[in-house]
Amino acid sequence: MFKNIDISKVFKGGKEKELKKVFLFGLLATLTLLPVFGCGKAYKNGEVYVYNWGEYIDPDVIEMFEKDTQIKVIYDEYETNEMMYPKVEAGAVMYDVVCPSDYMIKKMIDNDMLAEINWDNIPNSKNIGAQYYETSKEFDPENKYSVPYCWGTVGILYNKSMVDEPITKWAQLWDPKYKNQILMQNSVRDAFMVALKLNGFSMNTTNIDELQIAKQSLLEQKPLVQAYVVDQVRDKMIGNEAAIGVIYSGEAIYTQRENEDLVYVIPEEGTNVWIDSWVILKNAKNKENAEKFIDYMCKPEIALMNFDFITYSTPNDAARELIEDEDIRNSEIAFPDLTQYDNLETFIYLGEDGDELYNSLWKEVKSE
Amino acid sequence: MANVLKKIYIALIFIFLYAPMAVLIVLSFNASKSRSKWGGFTLKWYGKLLSDSSIMEALFTTLALALLSALISTFIGTIAALAITGMKKSTRTLMMGITNIPMLNAEIVTGISLMLLFIFFNVKFGFTTILLAHITFNIPYVILSVLPRIKQLNPSAYEAAMDLGASPFKAFFKVVFPDILPGVFSGLLMAFTMSIDDFIITHFTKGAGVDTLSTKIYSQVRKGIDPKMYALSSVIFVTVLILLILVNILPNSGKKVKEKK
Amino acid sequence: MKNKFVKWLSLPYAFWSIAFVIIPLLMVFYFGLTDKSGKFTLSNIMSISLPVHFKSLLIALLLSLISTVICLLLSYPLAMILSSMNSSGNSKLMILIFVLPMWMNFLLRTLAWQTLLENEGVINTILRAVHLPALKIINTPYAIVFGMIYNFLPFMVLPIYNVLCKIDKNLLNAARDLGANEVQTFMKVTLPLSVPGIISGITMVFVPALTTFVISDLLGGSKILLIGNVIEQEFTLNSNWNLGSGLSIVLMLFIVISMIITAIFDKDGEGSAL
Repeated sequence: MFKNIDISKVFKGGKEKELKKVFLFGLLATLTLLPVFGCGKAYKNGEVYVYNWGEYIDPDVIEMFEKDTQIKVIYDEYETNEMMYPKVEAGAVMYDVVCPSDYMIKKMIDNDMLAEINWDNIPNSKNIGAQYYETSKEFDPENKYSVPYCWGTVGILYNKSMVDEPITKWAQLWDPKYKNQILMQNSVRDAFMVALKLNGFSMNTTNIDELQIAKQSLLEQKPLVQAYVVDQVRDKMIGNEAAIGVIYSGEAIYTQRENEDLVYVIPEEGTNVWIDSWVILKNAKNKENAEKFIDYMCKPEIALMNFDFITYSTPNDAARELIEDEDIRNSEIAFPDLTQYDNLETFIYLGEDGDELYNSLWKEVKSE
Repeated sequence: MANVLKKIYIALIFIFLYAPMAVLIVLSFNASKSRSKWGGFTLKWYGKLLSDSSIMEALFTTLALALLSALISTFIGTIAALAITGMKKSTRTLMMGITNIPMLNAEIVTGISLMLLFIFFNVKFGFTTILLAHITFNIPYVILSVLPRIKQLNPSAYEAAMDLGASPFKAFFKVVFPDILPGVFSGLLMAFTMSIDDFIITHFTKGAGVDTLSTKIYSQVRKGIDPKMYALSSVIFVTVLILLILVNILPNSGKKVKEKK
Repeated sequence: MKNKFVKWLSLPYAFWSIAFVIIPLLMVFYFGLTDKSGKFTLSNIMSISLPVHFKSLLIALLLSLISTVICLLLSYPLAMILSSMNSSGNSKLMILIFVLPMWMNFLLRTLAWQTLLENEGVINTILRAVHLPALKIINTPYAIVFGMIYNFLPFMVLPIYNVLCKIDKNLLNAARDLGANEVQTFMKVTLPLSVPGIISGITMVFVPALTTFVISDLLGGSKILLIGNVIEQEFTLNSNWNLGSGLSIVLMLFIVISMIITAIFDKDGEGSAL
């Protein structure tokens, strides 16, 4: 398989002429092998284009779906909501099903990019707990467009061997004794969520005075922050690189497994409850197949497989019942009882002006 | 003495360039998925790698893209570099300005503008669109490596060849081409390297289901890099390195044989 | 080589440039010079004068300039050593060996540097084991410069190596025969003859360094905002293509200016960069 990068022959006897031959050979080898991988089995029920987060589904599930429904899945992955949006908006590729987060769903609804779901075609949607549909109403007021797939909270992960007191609130991220021990989120809404909650404001505020106060807080915190990170919190916390980090709850179970000293808490001041949901695009060419795909994802045993693979909390109550490990089934981290906490909110899309305001303030924080 | 210093210098830069490779290789044997914790020795990622068809597909796409785009851009770029040297100064300045544009733009700007271009002309997104994009950002690197060599050319050699009755074509391949070949080669090498590494432009110009190793790795960032990627990198790396070292010995032995003759 | 044969040689590239360079560039200008409703405005371009943007541009210029200079200082001796090995036939191989790490994914390599440089990382663990003071470089501007040098070094080595190989050894011998010492030979013969390679190298290092954002995110801990980060954020996070394009235009202007400055040193007046 590595014949095509066999540059060795180029230098045999120091003859550079061989160069062309070798590259041509490599080229031919690659091109002849490529179609072998390109063509798959024939599926009689058409296809469905799925655009999902990276590593956000058990690969076996896709194969099972293809086998059970005879629908070919053309599966594609993205890194962030923001990398996904321009591609979907421009219509570069006609995707059918996408899995954006809450505020992005609102943005897509506002921009008339989503198709209403025909719930009759998704009987398994009844497996999703009622409270998740309730939470979804913050961004999808009539539950017309989205089917919850994964959810979680944002909280503090701390290393109990590196702090001398339990961490329970955001305010402790402003404690000078943790200078250079704090990992903050490097995304504008998450960072402002922390600062807004610290000051007792809504994390969806567009009030300029409240935002200015939050910005001041973030500026005060900046000298204490070791780094602004997104996905590196996980590995840095496992490696004892920092004492306190802001992290998504989905990572908590995994990081604890790797480093026993790590503890996840939902801060007292309240936090963000996020949901990633399946939606169908308005310009979808395979709407029925898309609904079949979503319905399949809602099956309890399938949702369980995905939960085991992703480790992010599943909103699928029937799947949760199937979890064998009692500790995980009743885990406060994976399935916190949200009624116990105050001031929980879900991000909503703030419109272009709101986004611009947040972004310019965030740039001011970052450039200081 | 000077020779020893030279060797130390090369060795230091060698270590600098290869330190991360060592990390990747160590991580490929790490049972833990996290890059900052040693979870014991394992070979499981290598075993799983072979059965992961999506990674293998991405590998072939990556190599096919890199080879094709490097070859095509080297062809176009070398010809362009020759043409540019033969131009009047004003035209030459203009051409060099244009050449630099794909390098000047932030990648994301190039990526999005190419995406809009393809949408506008209704080109179906897939392998071809990525290939066109890669050729576009590769050409400047080829031109910039070939051009310095052409500048050093002795123009009278080419004219002398023509005076001696060689056709322009023959004169070119017999006189000019051998001289600029090292530049062409390093242009090809750079183009290949740039293409293998690109993520952002590929992201915006790719179609559904077509993945390169880069786009696969970036999409994994949120959930943690799949250790199979470390394994794959190690395999590629060690294979190429061994081949290079083998070849290092072969031409020398070949020379000795020749000398004996 | 000035004949008609050469003229049509430029055609494929000219065609390619118009289709895939000029038209997309015009689109960038269109976005940069309009607001979201499509009306003409200069505000996107003028926004570079905002302290936030201006500062990020200055820092990016400074860091990429430092990286380019260090790359040049590291590469030149290396290219000289490699080209002096030319006769032994091994130098091509050496060049490949120097490029080989670049074939591994950029993100994986940068993450590997994180593992090496972190406070609890590999290098510091070793240093501590032998009772040496720990290295505190991660999440600082030094780490960004470090990452830039690492990633762009081969792009400086290759072009310089290429021109050095082509220098006629007889010239060097002649200079020595005429009584020039090593230093004089270098200053008067080798260095001037290698200028085209140096300029190509500077272009290929400085330009990508100026627009990078991944390195500052991963090694600089995102505590420093570079102009590349700002542009990337405007495109992805803010979906403000107009402002992003406007700032790109400014960035292009700055690069063009620095290329003109570089070209002044190009004694042939050929301006490989411009």
